[in-house]
Amino acid sequence: MTGLIPAVRDSAIARVNPVAKLAVAVLISVTLLLSIDVVSASVALLLVGILLFWSGLDARGFWLRTAPLWLAAPFAGLTTVLYGEDSGAVLASLGFATITEGSLALGVAITLRVLAIGLPSIVLFATTDPTDLADGLAQVLKLPSRFVLGGLAGLRMVGLFVDDWRALGQARRARGVGDANFFARFCSQAFALLVLAIRRGSKLATAMEAKGFGSDLERTWARPSTVGRPELLLVLIGAGIAGVSITAAVLAGTWQFILA
Amino acid sequence: MRDSFPAGIVRGAQVSASGWGWRHAGRSAPAVSELTLTIEPGERVLLLGPSGAGKSTLLAGLAGVLGGDEEGDAFGDLRIDGRRPADVRGRAGLVLQDPESQVVLARVGDDVAFACENLGVPRDQIWPRVRWALDAVGLRLPLEHPSSRLSGGQKQRLALAGVLAMRPGLVLLDEPTANLDPAGVAEVRDVVAQVIEDTGATLIVVEHRVAVWQDLVDRVIVLDPAGGVLADGSPSDVLRVHGQRLAHAGVWVPAFPPTAPPRPTRAARGGELLASHGLTVGRTPFASRTTLPVASALDISLFESESLALTGPNGAGKSTLALTLAGLLAPLNGTVTARPALSRGLRPEPIRWKSRNLLTRMGTVFQDPEHQFLTSSVRKELAIGPAALGLSEPEIRSRVDELLGRLRLDRLADANPFTLSGGEKRRLSVATILATRPQILFLDEPTFGQDATTWRELVGLLGELVDSGSSIVTVTHDDELVRALSDRTFVLDAQSAVLS
Repeated sequence: MTGLIPAVRDSAIARVNPVAKLAVAVLISVTLLLSIDVVSASVALLLVGILLFWSGLDARGFWLRTAPLWLAAPFAGLTTVLYGEDSGAVLASLGFATITEGSLALGVAITLRVLAIGLPSIVLFATTDPTDLADGLAQVLKLPSRFVLGGLAGLRMVGLFVDDWRALGQARRARGVGDANFFARFCSQAFALLVLAIRRGSKLATAMEAKGFGSDLERTWARPSTVGRPELLLVLIGAGIAGVSITAAVLAGTWQFILA
Repeated sequence: MRDSFPAGIVRGAQVSASGWGWRHAGRSAPAVSELTLTIEPGERVLLLGPSGAGKSTLLAGLAGVLGGDEEGDAFGDLRIDGRRPADVRGRAGLVLQDPESQVVLARVGDDVAFACENLGVPRDQIWPRVRWALDAVGLRLPLEHPSSRLSGGQKQRLALAGVLAMRPGLVLLDEPTANLDPAGVAEVRDVVAQVIEDTGATLIVVEHRVAVWQDLVDRVIVLDPAGGVLADGSPSDVLRVHGQRLAHAGVWVPAFPPTAPPRPTRAARGGELLASHGLTVGRTPFASRTTLPVASALDISLFESESLALTGPNGAGKSTLALTLAGLLAPLNGTVTARPALSRGLRPEPIRWKSRNLLTRMGTVFQDPEHQFLTSSVRKELAIGPAALGLSEPEIRSRVDELLGRLRLDRLADANPFTLSGGEKRRLSVATILATRPQILFLDEPTFGQDATTWRELVGLLGELVDSGSSIVTVTHDDELVRALSDRTFVLDAQSAVLS
């Protein structure tokens, strides 16, 4: 349909219940948020990197989806190097900012951390079909079905918005208002898209209601969403990555528990 | 496969209304009032009436989707099998007009299963029902097939399959073919005929175009906009007695087709305005580097004061060609050249003109009017183009007032364009483009889903334009429109373009 909702290719990770992937992403993220040091993030990044071989993503898909991360991570690191808490020897003084051993180490740690948290999250969800995720959220985590299915149906409309956006741009050009500066045009077109989105949404809501959605009847699920051995294995791998990262950092003496 | 759903398992539903009415919140006049009727199990009813007679409201009421007290006030009584529609979820199934906004899930099988899930059908019964329903509507696709890759007609059949999987005793169709091309219309109508025959469900269909359903229904009910029922009986009786009156109210009655107004001063064709050479049209999908050509090797000329129709099957690239000629989409290959009579000092490639410079040269009326509305009132909407041209206040006002009168929009001058009816939206979208008096007018399916009154008005207006020296390019599937309006037809087929 569009690049926004990718077709999910079959792979070992794609077959795992999305709820388990969610658990792994949360597990690694929380662990890495507990300390800011180079060792735990490096170890986690390395182990996650190995895991990616089972994701079934091709090189182009991988780089395309993770591109924002490769831009954001060094930027976050650089900001920390320049403006982070200074300690240790001064390496350079630029007037507006000072680079010290401490801020440099912190910057590197932040960069690695953003990557180690972001990469598995993005890759795990790039291998997830939104319908399967919704099934998992509703059946395994018992989230309210109205909320989950409403969100899922809304997500499906994103593909239509891409076509709407294109048509809106052409219509504006045809109406003689396509010469405004980019920012003004973008804002007014975005507002028009919002109006259209709401109208489409309310029509979709009527169609869903006509199919019995939102009634008082007890809902059944056509697609079972279960957790079993593959899910357990993936969560254990995730816990293993978290555990090894912490252990390595503690042994190396770099672990700094931020809540302590 | 069909015998996996034994005949007679569905009991046709009985419908009864007594003094029923509904008023939408915030409106002073009710959409339906004083409606009393009974429809027996297994009857096939065509529901007619002028715009605003409340046909869709009645269907929504029967489907139980009118909403609660915040949405409006109900009067009287409306029952399915003697019970309130909200208490018999799944007894009635509704298919709506717009194919795009009825697909709920990404895979065909899941989308059909959705209704069963909501009704609490046990899992082991859902999938046989899904397969039966898809088979019944003739969608023999894998269950995993992406629902986004269906044509309009297929999407409507998918919506019908979702409804059938509920095994409803009452099938409600609200203009299910209005947004489809002729092939899609026939496809959906034939499937409905088969399914109703097989299941014995009661059918109520709302539609402007009587010819589509005439042979399938055994009863016609005409709603009176003033309340109640205007006529009720067999199709032949009702159409004989009320046909002319219905046709006058905008219903397409086969015996009384709308006639195009005469054009006494037919203008002669002038010089060439626009030409394409070796043109390939298509688009570049979002986040992709590769282009998708849809038609190529297009050599086409457009002359002053002529009406050209672009026709051909769905997906042949008619709309894309019109957008490219109109300077809204860059050619993938080849050239689009404006002759000096059109370019008037600008460079010859329309795609490189400023948006403002297009206004007096080429205007485009989009298929979906909602895509081109920019303001919160009809009057402001009409003033946008003239204001972009830098015309004086009095000149803008006089052009706007003239168009308001000419297109019968004066009483709606302060209304929000999005709240207008389908026909009013169409008239406004044409008027906004006429406001800057372009030399060439491009229209994409201007008669889709329009009632006979709007059709007649559009044909009259466009004929006048051509006779006063403008040129018109119409993308259309509507043979009547082509006959009534076009001097020349350019046929695009799936492989190449052929000029007839």
